[in-house]
Formats: sequence, C-alpha cells, structure tokens
Amino acid sequence: MKEPVISIRHVNFRYPEQTQYALKDISLDVAKGEWLAIVGHNGSGKSTLAKMLNGLHYPEEGQVTICGFSLKEEFVWEVRKRLGMVFQNPDNQFVGTTVQDDVAFGLENNGVPHEVMTARVKNSLQRVGMLDFLNQEPHHLSGGQKQRVAIAGVIALQPDIILLDEATSMLDPRGREEVLSTVRQLKEEQDLTVISITHDLEEASRADRIIVLNEGTVYREGTPEEIFQLNEELIGLGLDVPFPVKLSRVLRLEDFKIVSNHLTEEELVRELWTSNFKK
Amino acid sequence: MMEKMIFGRYLPLQSAVHQLDPRAKLLFIFGFVIVVFLANNALSYAVLAAFTFVLIYLSKINIRFLFAGLKPVIWLIAFTFLLHIFLTKEGDLLVEVGFLKVYEGGVRQGAFISLRFLLLIFVTSLLTLTTSPISITDGLESLLNPFKKLKLPVHELALMMSISLRFIPTLMDETDKIMKAQMARGADFSSGPIKDRIKAVVPLLIPLFVSAFKRAEELAVAMEARGYRGGEGRTKYRLLHWKWKDTVALSLLFVLAAVLWRLRS
Ligand SMILES: Nc1ncnc2c1ncn2[C@@H]1O[C@H](COP(=O)(O)OP(=O)(O)O)[C@@H](O)[C@H]1O
Ligand SMILES: [Mg+2]
Repeated sequence: MKEPVISIRHVNFRYPEQTQYALKDISLDVAKGEWLAIVGHNGSGKSTLAKMLNGLHYPEEGQVTICGFSLKEEFVWEVRKRLGMVFQNPDNQFVGTTVQDDVAFGLENNGVPHEVMTARVKNSLQRVGMLDFLNQEPHHLSGGQKQRVAIAGVIALQPDIILLDEATSMLDPRGREEVLSTVRQLKEEQDLTVISITHDLEEASRADRIIVLNEGTVYREGTPEEIFQLNEELIGLGLDVPFPVKLSRVLRLEDFKIVSNHLTEEELVRELWTSNFKK
Repeated sequence: MMEKMIFGRYLPLQSAVHQLDPRAKLLFIFGFVIVVFLANNALSYAVLAAFTFVLIYLSKINIRFLFAGLKPVIWLIAFTFLLHIFLTKEGDLLVEVGFLKVYEGGVRQGAFISLRFLLLIFVTSLLTLTTSPISITDGLESLLNPFKKLKLPVHELALMMSISLRFIPTLMDETDKIMKAQMARGADFSSGPIKDRIKAVVPLLIPLFVSAFKRAEELAVAMEARGYRGGEGRTKYRLLHWKWKDTVALSLLFVLAAVLWRLRS
C-alpha cells in the first residue's frame, strides 16, 4: 500500500449523552490517490466517521491522522483545507446567493486574496462544467448541478482528499452519473484521494476498495470483487447486491458456466454472448 | 412573493443609477430623507418633485413599478391627507359641510405632506429596483463596518441577511409542497371561518419549521466543514468600487439641498 493520507487507529466515539457507541474500535488506512467506498446500512456510523475525519467530532479514544496532521483542535483548520466534504442534501450546503458566491465561500473563509480567489472560482467551475452558470441562483439549478457546484467549492481549496457523504443519494440517475463522472475526471486530472460513502453498491463497485461498516465497526474490507462474493451476507447487513452480481450468481446456480461475479452489466453481457463459442 | 415583500423587486437593467455603488445609493437615500424636509412651499416642492422624476428617468425604470410599490402605503397617505384637511385651521375657509370645515391651509398642508411621502417612497423603491439584494447587503455591511468597534456584529448580520435571501425561494418551494401534501390529505386553506383557517395553517407551519431547523443544522455543519469560523481573517469575494460617478451622485444631493434652502420660505 502507498503512503496513507488518512490513518485511523482504534477510534471509539459516542454522541453526547448516549450510552451506545456510534463508532467502535475503528482502525483503517486510506492510501494516497485511491478511491475508497464506504458502505453500510442506515445508522451504521458512516456519517459519524465522515464527520470525524473533518474534525466535526473528536474521538473519545484513539488516533486520527490526516495528511500528517494529528486531528486535534489546533490543526482542525489545516485538516479542513486538505479534506473537502460534499454532503447529501444539495440545498443545505449551498451558502452563497449565486453559484460563484458559493464557490468563493470556502476561499473567503480561508482568507485567500481577492485576485487569487476570482481565478480559482473560475477555474474550479470550469473543471466541473458549471462555468456558464456563474451568476445563477441555486433554486434555478438541478440537484446534480448543485452538487457539482459543491464539488467546485471543495476543489477551489485545492484539497488532497474529497469525501462524498451520500452525495448522490438524493439525485436522479442522470444527476448521479453527472456527479460521479465529474469526480472521476477530477481524480484523473490530479492526484486526488476520493472517499465515497454510499448506499449504492453499483457506485461502490467502481471503487478501488470497499469498506463495509456495520453497527459502528469495520465489518469487512476488500476489493469490490471480494466484497460481492459475500452475497447473502451483504443482504443480511441491509445492503443490496448490484443486479449483474445477482444475475451471475443465479446463472451459475442454474449450471451456466459463468466465470466470476460480474460487477457491471457490460462484463456480464460480454461473457454471456461469447459463452457459446467457448464450448 | 415573500422576496417582493422584503426587498421590493430588483429589475436588472443597464442604467446610470444601476451602476452606482450601493453605498452611494444608501447614503443618498439617507441624505434624501433629511433634505426632503427642507421643502416647505410650492416652489421648493416642485423642485423636489422634478429632481425625483429626473432620477426615475435616469434609472430607466418604468413608472408602473414605482406605483406598484405605493400600494401598501396608499391608505396611509390618504389618511394623512384627510387628517390635515380636517384638522388644520389656517387660511381661508373653503368648504363647510355640517360641522366639517375645510380650510385652504389644510388642503395645502395635506397636499405637501402626501407629496413628501410619495417622493420618499419613490426614491426608496428606486434603490431596491436598481440594486440587487446582495449588493444592498454588501453596501450595508461596508457602511456599518465602523460600528464593529462598538461591538455591533456587522459581519454576522450581513451573513444572516444573505443566507435569508438565499433560502427564501427554497422555503417558498417547500411551503408550496407541504401545502399541496396537506391539501391532498383534505386540508382546506382557503375557505371556512377565520378560526378554521388559522387552524388549517398549523399543519403547514409545523413541518415547515421542523424542516427549516434541520436545514439550519445541516447548513451550519457544511459551513464549518468549509472552514467558516466567523468574520475574523476572512477576505471578500465581492468588492465594492467607489467611482467618481458615485461622488457626483452624492454632490447632486448637496446641490439639491442648497437650492431648496434658497427657495424655502
Ligand atoms: N447527533 C446525534 N446524536 C445522537 N446520536 C446520533 C447523532 N447522529 C447520529 N447518531 C446515531 O449514531 C449512529 C450512526 O449514525 P450515522 O453516522 O448518521 O449513520 P449513517 O450515516 O451510516 O446512516 C446511529 O445509531 C445514529 O442514531
Ligand atoms: Mg449518513
């Protein structure tokens, strides 16, 4: 594994006045430049973990290190510059009255000089394909467009890590694809580390690595292929297996010779239409 | 609708008035409110009215929009007018109907006061019609900056105003949605006795408040995650530029004051 940009060691956390721990003895590393998906049922602690990475919560016990900064109150603003977050609800994270004001918000907070700011706002908006909407007000944008503006606001600060906390879950399929392909493209352009928290195993199947959270603990960790081998186990955890994986499995049970659990429809289709030639 | 109520309506045109710095316009209005009181006879009021109409002409705003701004206060103007007509007992007696006596001085006073009202409303409407709400906010923040020393939370007030502006359409949409959802469940907002109608608003307000508080909480988290930590050490994306035109606009006000001073009796 490459050098970790995030390392979490034996972290415990509970919300004030709660007896239940929301995170229990969590340890994990995130490598520079990887795309990590975190999946888990509702209430499994995904958002709590995400907020912990940004200093919105501090661990009760254990150690969180981000880009070399130990997560303490004195470094929290440094950490927030390096790890940008995009949240679930597109409306409730749009602060500015127009697109450009919103992208500038994070820059203003960090005291970036005005000339640098205007250049960065333009550049970030261009990279997410929203430059034409500079003066648009949020209620005239679609959900996917608002999330792309939120992403522009994050990359304007030139972070090392971008964390999406169910950022696509309130979008329609088109908006979802819009946002994901934007993130994918940004990741290719620079050495961005992406952590995407998601319900959507289809989305997770395109990650380099998946971590499954269950009841505040790390239940499993592995490549998408490894994780999808779990099948019923995943369903037991309240997760839905992607359709191509399900279909490959059922076909295999029916004595079709399917080599592996295919993660995408294309792979499955390719195997199916060529399978007769192999006989 | 709500936006209209709070800030009038902004008409983004290209005119000399639109291009002025919001601070210049705010100071101008502040001065105008004082200067208006210098007029006290027919001639000075005529000059004042002429001045106002030149401003309106320069702003390229259709006068229709200015009259629309009058609607909420038209009764107030009418009331003051009548009050002056019936209560001022100066000059010649004009009409006498029963115990009501109308004097020449009353009519004059009533007309002057109403005109003063009218001109003030025209000029303030001109501000909101030619300046976007966010510019007004920026202008106010900048003008109030000296009061930071007196512990006035200027930055916070400006932020509150801009967040409110940003969320008004969102909450309007939401109200609409909840209203439709409740109507689908049989709620009736538009008929029945007033008591029932007030009761019908409760199932509208409660979900709206719950959702607004949830939004506020999420927004606060998102702002913090984006590095917001109060006004200290913050830079501004929107800068205001004071140009010579702005100085000229303010000087016009002094010229007006001087002219009125000469003409008043
Ligand atoms: N502000 C809070 N106060 C108390 N408990 C909370 C709070 N937020 C979340 N929790 C609890 O912590 C657990 C994890 O929640 P969360 O991290 O939001 O889950 P996820 O994002 O995976 O759906 C849940 O049991 C939830 O009820
Ligand atoms: Mg969550």
